Amino acid sequence: MSPLDLLMAAPLGFMAAALMLGPSGRWLILLAAPLMAGLALWLALLPPDAAYLVGQWDLPLGILLRADGVARLMILATALVIGAVGLHALAEPPEKPGHAAQAETFWPLVYLMWAGANAGFLTTDLFNLYVTLEMVSLAAVALAAMGSLAAALRYFMIALLGSLAYLLGVALTVARYDTVDVILLAQVAEADLATLLALGLMTAGLLIKAALFPMHGWLPPAHAAAPAPASALLSAIAVKLGFVILVRLWFEAFAAVTGPAALHVLGGLGAAAVIYGSIQAMRQDRLKPLVAYSTVAQVGYLFLAFPLVAGTVEPSGAWAGMTLHGVAHMLAKAAMFLAAGLMLKAVAGDRIADLGGLAQAMPLTVTAFGLAVVSLMGLPPSGGFTAKFLLLSAAIEQGAFLYAGVLVIGGLLAAVYLFRALSACFAPLAGAGPDTASRGPVTGGVQAVAPLALAGLAIVMGFAGTALVDVSAIEAPWATPTVIQPEAAP
Amino acid sequence: MDLPLPVLLSTGHLYAVTGAALVGLGLYAFITLRHPLRQLLAVNVVGAGIFLILGGLGRGPDATDPFPQALVITGIVVAVALTAFGAAMIVRQAQTRAAAKPAADDNENPAP
Repeated sequence: MSPLDLLMAAPLGFMAAALMLGPSGRWLILLAAPLMAGLALWLALLPPDAAYLVGQWDLPLGILLRADGVARLMILATALVIGAVGLHALAEPPEKPGHAAQAETFWPLVYLMWAGANAGFLTTDLFNLYVTLEMVSLAAVALAAMGSLAAALRYFMIALLGSLAYLLGVALTVARYDTVDVILLAQVAEADLATLLALGLMTAGLLIKAALFPMHGWLPPAHAAAPAPASALLSAIAVKLGFVILVRLWFEAFAAVTGPAALHVLGGLGAAAVIYGSIQAMRQDRLKPLVAYSTVAQVGYLFLAFPLVAGTVEPSGAWAGMTLHGVAHMLAKAAMFLAAGLMLKAVAGDRIADLGGLAQAMPLTVTAFGLAVVSLMGLPPSGGFTAKFLLLSAAIEQGAFLYAGVLVIGGLLAAVYLFRALSACFAPLAGAGPDTASRGPVTGGVQAVAPLALAGLAIVMGFAGTALVDVSAIEAPWATPTVIQPEAAP
Repeated sequence: MDLPLPVLLSTGHLYAVTGAALVGLGLYAFITLRHPLRQLLAVNVVGAGIFLILGGLGRGPDATDPFPQALVITGIVVAVALTAFGAAMIVRQAQTRAAAKPAADDNENPAP
């Protein structure tokens, strides 16, 4: 037994248990959250060459699970996010009025997404990645359908097309190289037509899943309409898997094939996403679409980092910046969606203008929102700041002033749209004077502490900078390769 | 550039070409048709084309490579599950709309 397969098997077990237990299945999260957090921590502390061959089948037929730095950080952040979101949802069932059965279906989907995300972060097998991509998409679409069936159906169709594009790319890779393992592909990949076509198809499919501009159209309606805990999982986890698979493809399997021009296309799309997402977020007058468009902008930074990682001989800074940005965004965005859900429930509206007086009525939740704002904007000290600082110094070092400019401007634009929402909370309640008693219940308890804890973790990341940079470099494709030693049969 | 048919068949290229044609047809239908059920069917045509490419390219002149076939089987399972899920969502949407429609009609034309 190893944490590598337990991290996939345990959530699937919880999913089956939640399906069988029905309404009381929601209590499973009290067991799952600490257990998965412990497994994720165990994974993070494993020796650097930790790997596991599923079923002891050798490569190229077998499926290799490998705990590199990206996987360690992403799985730990996933465990923290789903744990906190789950505890929040336990206290605050995610349901629309009159749809009580919905809260029950939430739990198996959470565990399905958990298993799919963990498997996707660990595996190096392109076809297995397709299966995990579909597991996460299935859970994500069903979670989105809890809010708006029309938006979920649109998401489903576009995600299905993305999956098939990815699958066609995998088919071409199989035909060309007779293997789908990232590590083996890295040794044999050549820049011929079949490889470029395969990489192009897989990239296009994954960009849809990761919602990079201009393939982001499905994201804002689906993420904004879903119940708050579902939105938190969609924005924090579902879009990250596509990004991690792209990292595997571009920096590992086909690192010898990708040229600077193609990397700058991705970087340029990322920069465009930062600007476009921020401007769209500024134009929203409802809170949840604002937060959803902020995800479009934040995904842009992840891809803006691609040319910065590839453009230097010593990419550890840019690599860590890219990875930590993903982790900080997971924590801060989940916190922000949970806080936004509580705030909108308290005021029984969805407009930013409705938020007046909330700073007095629910200080914990507004604090969580504020801390998430700090990390998303990249103010020090926070995980968002560490990530942006690393990316910015890499960009300046390479003379990539366009990307450096977008990083700075993106932070300023984030300040504009996020502070607009935050300042609305501090505005006096229109027409009711200083009396805030009529402003809905003062929520405390787990549902208010969960977003505060997540936002606090995003801030604490800013103090753990160098340790996290070291973790992100474990088994990174640019680092000195160590020979993978799969665990011996028990 | 006239390849004899037996060579085409034995190396599996005919399957791949047919698969490519199916992918093109399905993609065309997916883009031009608006109804979600038709889009779902179009996506299935694309999927069938991809499986044909995947299976056909693994077919050698002497022996068949089992590796792509294992992938095809897994892919078909995933595709079936997703199609069922998509169909269920489409049915639910139709039911929701049907449930909303008579009520709207009743308001417009009160029962005699």
